[in-house]
Amino acid sequence: MFDQPESFVTSDGRTIGGVMMEMKNITLRFGGVVAIQDISFDIREGEIRAIIGPNGAGKSSMLNVISGFYNPQEGEVWYKGERRPSMKPFEVARQGIARTFQNIALFEGMSVLDNVMTGRLNHMKAGILSQAFWYGSAQREETENREVVERVLDFLEIQHIRKTPVSRLPYGLKKRVELARALAADPKILLLDEPMAGMNVEEKEDMSRFILDVNDEFGTTIALIEHDMSVVMDISDRVVVMDYGKKIGDGTPKDVRSNQAVIDAYLGVAHD
Amino acid sequence: MFPDQFLFGVEVMLNGLMAGVLYALVALGFVLIFKASGIFNYAQGVMALFGALTLVGIMDGQVPFAHLINSVFGTDVHHFGWHVPAFLSILLVMVVMVGLAWCVQHFIFRHLVGQEPIILFMATIGLAYFMEGFGDMMWNSEIKKLDIGIPQGGSMWIEEATSFLGGTNFYGFFIDKLEIVASLVAIVLVIVLVAFAQYTKQGRAMRAVADDHQAALSVGISLSFIWVLVWSLAGFVALVAGIMWGAKSGVQFSLSLIALKALPVLMLGGFTSIPGAIVGGLIVGVGEKLFEFLIGAPFLGGATENWFAYMLALVFLVFRPQGLFGEKIIERV
Amino acid sequence: MFYRESGDFSETYPADSQTFPIKFDRYRYYAVLVVAFLIIPFIINDYWANAILVPFLIYAIAAIGLNILVGYCGQVSLGTGGFMAVGAYACYKLMTTFPDVSIMFHILISGGITAAVVTLFGLPSLRIKGFYLAVATLAAQFFLVWLFNRVAWFYNYSASGQINAPDRTVFGHLVTGPNTDAWAKYMICLVFLTFAGIVARNLTRGSLGRKWSAIRDMDIAAEIIGVNPLSAKLSAFAISGFFIGISGALFFSVYLGAVEVGEAFGIQKSFLVLFMIIIGGLGSVFGSFAGAAFMVLLPVLLKNVLVGGLGWDTALAAHLEFVIVGALIIIFLIAEPHGLAQLWRVAKEKLRLWPFPH
Repeated sequence: MFDQPESFVTSDGRTIGGVMMEMKNITLRFGGVVAIQDISFDIREGEIRAIIGPNGAGKSSMLNVISGFYNPQEGEVWYKGERRPSMKPFEVARQGIARTFQNIALFEGMSVLDNVMTGRLNHMKAGILSQAFWYGSAQREETENREVVERVLDFLEIQHIRKTPVSRLPYGLKKRVELARALAADPKILLLDEPMAGMNVEEKEDMSRFILDVNDEFGTTIALIEHDMSVVMDISDRVVVMDYGKKIGDGTPKDVRSNQAVIDAYLGVAHD
Repeated sequence: MFPDQFLFGVEVMLNGLMAGVLYALVALGFVLIFKASGIFNYAQGVMALFGALTLVGIMDGQVPFAHLINSVFGTDVHHFGWHVPAFLSILLVMVVMVGLAWCVQHFIFRHLVGQEPIILFMATIGLAYFMEGFGDMMWNSEIKKLDIGIPQGGSMWIEEATSFLGGTNFYGFFIDKLEIVASLVAIVLVIVLVAFAQYTKQGRAMRAVADDHQAALSVGISLSFIWVLVWSLAGFVALVAGIMWGAKSGVQFSLSLIALKALPVLMLGGFTSIPGAIVGGLIVGVGEKLFEFLIGAPFLGGATENWFAYMLALVFLVFRPQGLFGEKIIERV
Repeated sequence: MFYRESGDFSETYPADSQTFPIKFDRYRYYAVLVVAFLIIPFIINDYWANAILVPFLIYAIAAIGLNILVGYCGQVSLGTGGFMAVGAYACYKLMTTFPDVSIMFHILISGGITAAVVTLFGLPSLRIKGFYLAVATLAAQFFLVWLFNRVAWFYNYSASGQINAPDRTVFGHLVTGPNTDAWAKYMICLVFLTFAGIVARNLTRGSLGRKWSAIRDMDIAAEIIGVNPLSAKLSAFAISGFFIGISGALFFSVYLGAVEVGEAFGIQKSFLVLFMIIIGGLGSVFGSFAGAAFMVLLPVLLKNVLVGGLGWDTALAAHLEFVIVGALIIIFLIAEPHGLAQLWRVAKEKLRLWPFPH
């Protein structure tokens, strides 16, 4: 349904590249419950791709399939032109896919800095002896990665709380720290699970701005799930609409907005 | 007529079953508390010890803290000089166990609501230490005889009735009367507990709390009342286990170690399942006796009962982490 | 007034991630090292060495080991006693099989052997969590004690079933055996403790430490951001086992000299070390020191006051010790789950602002 050339330029001047990840006929079941039924879509390089749908539509399950937490019973995940074999979540992460969580999943016993540093773990390779005596590669690596992390903290405007334990932060800041942790991993694809859930208007605006800035400055491909229709329509390039585990729409926000099935399933009910 | 070796094996199994019943009894106390409050009560065994100690103390008319009083005031008190009948003593100890339950809830777990399970577990280890020292200070730590009139010794009747099964070297199954009584008591106790949970108002409230704390609160169930209730019930179960075990091998420190044996029982049976606790207890009881009889004593130098249950549970857990009857765990993000 | 960080800026990232970023702390650390290495060895006597300092040093190593596993990686173990026994028996076998090799190597290799054994028992942690795992480690505890009790090869077929440490020297000075000087016992333990403390501190502030803490705080999220739970957990088991093994080896060879396994390394030992880290502070190297000191000093203190001062008998004092330890565990878990280390931090916070708290 989407016939576009290898790469194209959007109305606001960003370049969208070729297909980076493709989901082919994914079906996911829990016992007898079908969470996702035969869904296919792709994610192109550099775009902001949204997955929307009413509660229980299977959006979170979809994100979990992409990040390797669930393995679908049927279907294939293609990444960078190759079929991805069934993988453990940490292996998927090492391929450059980072994510945030709907219910914040920060490491509560650590400071903001340490939390964001965990995002760099896959870039740190120092051996155990070097770490034990804190010489050579361990020390060098720590400093190099600290610099990367400080840039991310700076970018998301949370430098001032770097030494604060995350358990003391308010909700909105926690969400931002989580974004920082995912971003610190330098991901090829960034998955955001309801990044604006539970936020007030101001915080939502901040978060939207950060998402757009991340995409703009680092060229990061972003796939996000969101409830808030208005925000999604504003920031995403293309939208997949799900309902009861099936795909009922796929296209630009404008296309989706005028799609009758989507209006029936979602828009007409949630937004009058 | 069966070969003697086989019959000895059967006898070992029967004795294992009896030991298993006692393990199951202790495990039951764990399950009760765990289901209702998510607390894994390491102190269950010490509660059994404490119950038995207090029972002996009351029956013999010991002066509580005699040792301490004598040390501080230089006096020489030890006994009041009276004897309390067993039945009355048991009632008194039950009152003590309720008091203990209230203290545990009021002074410890009320302050730990919402903590991680592992913190609660470590708190019960602290509780176990506290109670062990406290019990010893109150009633001193000598090994005591506990006799409340349960018949003891091998049952001649069973021996004679079964001796025809084997050859001349086989004299019939040796089964201790005490263990038969213990098994009967355990069975009655389980029936009473299940009936309590199913048919009484408090029992229903207890199950509601076990299911969902928040929901139970919202329909007006008092959590702290329920928790005192389950700790009291667990205290009674511990008392029964303490009486049985104490009558068998004296009231002493090692009694608190049977609690440790109940842990593998729970890992086999699943932490939330009453039938699981019973089946697990029987498996452990029979398994460790048979293993010792068939493999441990002849080939491994004996005393394998010390670890067999844990190793069994460990191997089992790796293949079925939720136990025999536990619910399957689905992980979510 | 003297304790302050104003005017004490970190200008580089390495300076900011060092162990003692505040100058005053750094100087105090050097001062402690000077006292421990250059003053105490000259004034120590047998009573102080045997009753307080040597057990403190050895337990502190074990506590550091257990704290890595429990406090940093969140995997509760009740098998410490059994694991210390592995270190002790490994050391004994090495000492008697290779009498010409330095005991320093024996102790280090004992740590390595223990690390392997602990890792083996850590394998179930990949499938089971929380207190399920804690109970599984009990299997290790009981099995290992039974093993060293029943298999005569481990105690060289001695009639008593005990193991006895032969005389061994380091740089010509006896460090094991009944004729060892107090300062020599103290020094060898101090060297290993310093080593353990530095390594533990470095590991826990680096990338491995962050992996452990991530697994502890939220294992599923940790796996999704790219931490391999297998390697993270097993490395914690291995390093924890390494230190616990060293402490077991020292406990046998330097401190006790003769060991009967059930008595020295029973389940009570597992709890003792666990209590040290709860009281001292989970997830803190300093807390391991504080907890070990506390748990070593408490019985000595009670004995001196109650038995020596008030004339109580020792059994009663021992019972009271149980009551106090049990109560303290509960109080710490309720009031200060991060233990003495946190109290210390709070005190420093206060001191930093003193005398103007606002």
